[in-house]
Amino acid sequence: MAMSREWRRENPDGSVTVRSCCWSPPGDHPVGCGLLLTVKDGKLINVEGDEEHSITNGRLCIRALSLPEIVHSPERILYPMKRDPKDRGKDAWTRISWDETFDLVCGKVNYFKDEYGAQSILVFGGTGREACIYYYPLGFSTLQTPNVCYGQSGWSCYGPRCSITDYILGAGYPEIDFAGYFEDRYNNPEFELPKYVVCWGKMPLASNGDGLFGHALIDMMRLGTKIIMIDPRITWLGAIEGNINLQIKPGSDAAVGLGLANVIIEEGLQDQEWIDAWCYGWDEFVERAKEYPPERVEELAWCSAEQLRKVARCMAEKPVSIAWGLAVDQNPNGSQVGHITIILQAITGNIDIPGGLTLGPPSALLGKWRMETRKDLAPDLWDMRLGAAEYPALSNAMATTHPDFTLDVLETGKPYEIKMCWFNSSNLLAPTCSAAPTRWHDALIKTEFNVVQDLFMTPTAMACADVFLPLPTVAEHDGVVITHYGRNTVFLGAMNEALRLGETKSDIEVCIEFGKRLNNAGPDGSSTWNVFEGDTRDQFVPDFFTKQLEPELGFDFDELRRIGFYQPGYTYRKYEKGMLRFDGEPGFNTVTGMVELYSTLFDAWGEDPLPYYEEPRWSPVSHPELAERYPLMMTTGSREYSSFHSEHRQIPTLRHFRTYPDIEIHPDVAAQYGIEEGDWVEVENPFGRARQKAHLVITIDPRVVHCRHGWWYPEQDGEEPNLFGTWKSNVNTLVPHFDIGRLGFGAPFKSVFCSIKKVDDLDSIVPKRSYDIVKEQDRLAEVEGVDPANIVDIHREHRIY
Amino acid sequence: MSYENYGLLVDYRYCSNCHTCEVACKYHLQQTLGREIDLDKTPGIVVLEKGPFHLEEGNPDAWDWSYIPMPTALCDLCVDRLERGEKPSCVKQCLAACMEVGPLDELARRATEIGHRTLIVRP
Repeated sequence: MAMSREWRRENPDGSVTVRSCCWSPPGDHPVGCGLLLTVKDGKLINVEGDEEHSITNGRLCIRALSLPEIVHSPERILYPMKRDPKDRGKDAWTRISWDETFDLVCGKVNYFKDEYGAQSILVFGGTGREACIYYYPLGFSTLQTPNVCYGQSGWSCYGPRCSITDYILGAGYPEIDFAGYFEDRYNNPEFELPKYVVCWGKMPLASNGDGLFGHALIDMMRLGTKIIMIDPRITWLGAIEGNINLQIKPGSDAAVGLGLANVIIEEGLQDQEWIDAWCYGWDEFVERAKEYPPERVEELAWCSAEQLRKVARCMAEKPVSIAWGLAVDQNPNGSQVGHITIILQAITGNIDIPGGLTLGPPSALLGKWRMETRKDLAPDLWDMRLGAAEYPALSNAMATTHPDFTLDVLETGKPYEIKMCWFNSSNLLAPTCSAAPTRWHDALIKTEFNVVQDLFMTPTAMACADVFLPLPTVAEHDGVVITHYGRNTVFLGAMNEALRLGETKSDIEVCIEFGKRLNNAGPDGSSTWNVFEGDTRDQFVPDFFTKQLEPELGFDFDELRRIGFYQPGYTYRKYEKGMLRFDGEPGFNTVTGMVELYSTLFDAWGEDPLPYYEEPRWSPVSHPELAERYPLMMTTGSREYSSFHSEHRQIPTLRHFRTYPDIEIHPDVAAQYGIEEGDWVEVENPFGRARQKAHLVITIDPRVVHCRHGWWYPEQDGEEPNLFGTWKSNVNTLVPHFDIGRLGFGAPFKSVFCSIKKVDDLDSIVPKRSYDIVKEQDRLAEVEGVDPANIVDIHREHRIY
Repeated sequence: MSYENYGLLVDYRYCSNCHTCEVACKYHLQQTLGREIDLDKTPGIVVLEKGPFHLEEGNPDAWDWSYIPMPTALCDLCVDRLERGEKPSCVKQCLAACMEVGPLDELARRATEIGHRTLIVRP
């Protein structure tokens, strides 16, 4: 679409207003909200929404509105710093120049590559930020290591959904249809309004996952869409008149999905014509679904059979779109949850139709270049990728190491030692992106050399880093924002530099500048980075983006800036037109060419080819010996407007809305424990403990508590052992290491049992050691009273001792 | 032009408690008043909460739970912005687009169009 204004405008008062599309840092997903950034005398003085942006229409969240406070925060780190490795954990940083930084870091990289091989270098990427599209090339091409890692146990964010989609549906990321592809949005004649949008383990208003502008749901509700929430909590969105709630036990999603399918089949509501034409394994699936009648599901998942039937009947209508959330990923049973979610959309004929589930093309727009940098790795090096051989379902779809396997390698030094780590926008310890963070901490402080890129000092950088590379904020660098990281491009926006403080370098600048200095050439002799022309960022950065955009879209970076953002349009029913398969045949890009209700690949990898339900492994049901001690189920990870995971804690305007993390408890249960609103509560299980403030709500099931993730306290002492209080409210310490699904995906971040008790304060907590569920079963039995016979021990053969 | 008879209309069925009005207003007031605005002490607008009330036991869909943006004494309706032909900062940026500004009689007409769960506020 063509916007009417210049992207950079000088105002009468001497200020300059720059139009941009928001990504990061600080964190957010690639939603690309329209920004107008006004700068005067080197200061960002105002941020407003851009009314010409056809998705956000001038609307902004409080994190974007607070950008002036973030950009000019006194806590920002604006210059590169180094610290002697013997001073790790101490606030003993020295500012250095970029020349010294390049010499120091490149020297280390070359040393480790020569002495130990490039595989001894490990790159971590965090979640959501634009680093998600740069940490792969940073590893594969700039540093030339095969080991890039998303550290979250079981890759429990987005990756499982993408992988399951690859295998079952053979397409890019499935997203609800909110008409984002079209300039005229909901008025587009091709578009049809969904009758229902099912938010399954997802609350998009606050999370805006992956490129879905969450409040589009409100826009669609105004037009008539109803929302079905499948969630352990009643949310405000579900409570709106006319919307429907399926309040379920944490982690029971697969049982719920199979129960919904059972009702649809029993009542003959399926789209048989579509199933016969496009689905593989219908008869086998019908047999499986028969095992989950609503009355059984009521026992397993706590939602009433009556309500399950009501939801199933709604979901069998057309068009219906499922917004699948993080709860699919954060569950050892999650591969089955993802599978049944896709099946429900398939058997009701809701895939790739207007108002149904939209599919990205098999080849990701722009996003693919990051994977293609793999060409810079020789095959023997690529084969050293950690955990790739052990977990083919993960390594075939994701280009990373296996995260749990990676921690085992760091801890044991086998099959080879990791000498250097590079954290590209990951505050792994705080954490959002790890289970058993104390174990990651103990392993990471032992490596020889660590680099961190971030905006602010974090517990991770304070504990581990030897070099800190400062990042510019979203207002301070050029780039592109591409929804769903290119796997289902609703739109592509230009991110424009409005000002630049200090001596920061963006992710792509770091990739290119280190890449040029390390002078890497791949096995074919060509260098990925030397082709981008110029010596300064205003030359090589636009050249980089032009060289990505032009071959696919036919326009350059300057044109993208001029038009503001690009909406590619959308073709529905691509499976009929041969647009989902590389061979151009109708159907889906799977082994059978159909949507696989029965998965041929799961079967080949030793997993049940059909979805099934597995009770959460650490629940009062699975461990009756501990049911009295840990009677409650804990769920975590819901999102708030005022922060992005572990970020924004040091921004006063945002911290105002949540000073301390809260644990949601039902008032009846709180009364049993003598807990009142605002009391400090310690939540504990065999693996860890954390303290959060009680918030009593009737919207949570009495058998469940909800805890906040990603909490640390920038106002507290940053040095070891306190590390900004990162072990005080750290709910991920309650999640065990390597307790994941058979295919290698999914950890129980949202479904572990726990106890609660009232405590006096935050600070007197004694952190708890996290025992390994395989290697330390004797200690778990002795100290924690766990009956080893009740431990689901399916990964023993892939563990390193 | 006088904005004496202007007010805010809140379509509070859809207020999602995103806090955008509060933060947008804070930055607006800081610019117009030339001083720091403390959201704890001197906000220009606050979001109030009604409920959640569970209206019918056993019915998971029967709830009354609303958020309601309410301007404070500091609200100036963003007259400077109105004069420039712009919407008030809260109205423009509200994620749920649940606020409107205008003459009271026009807002009353809009309220009848929108239906239930509306509120007209004259700060």
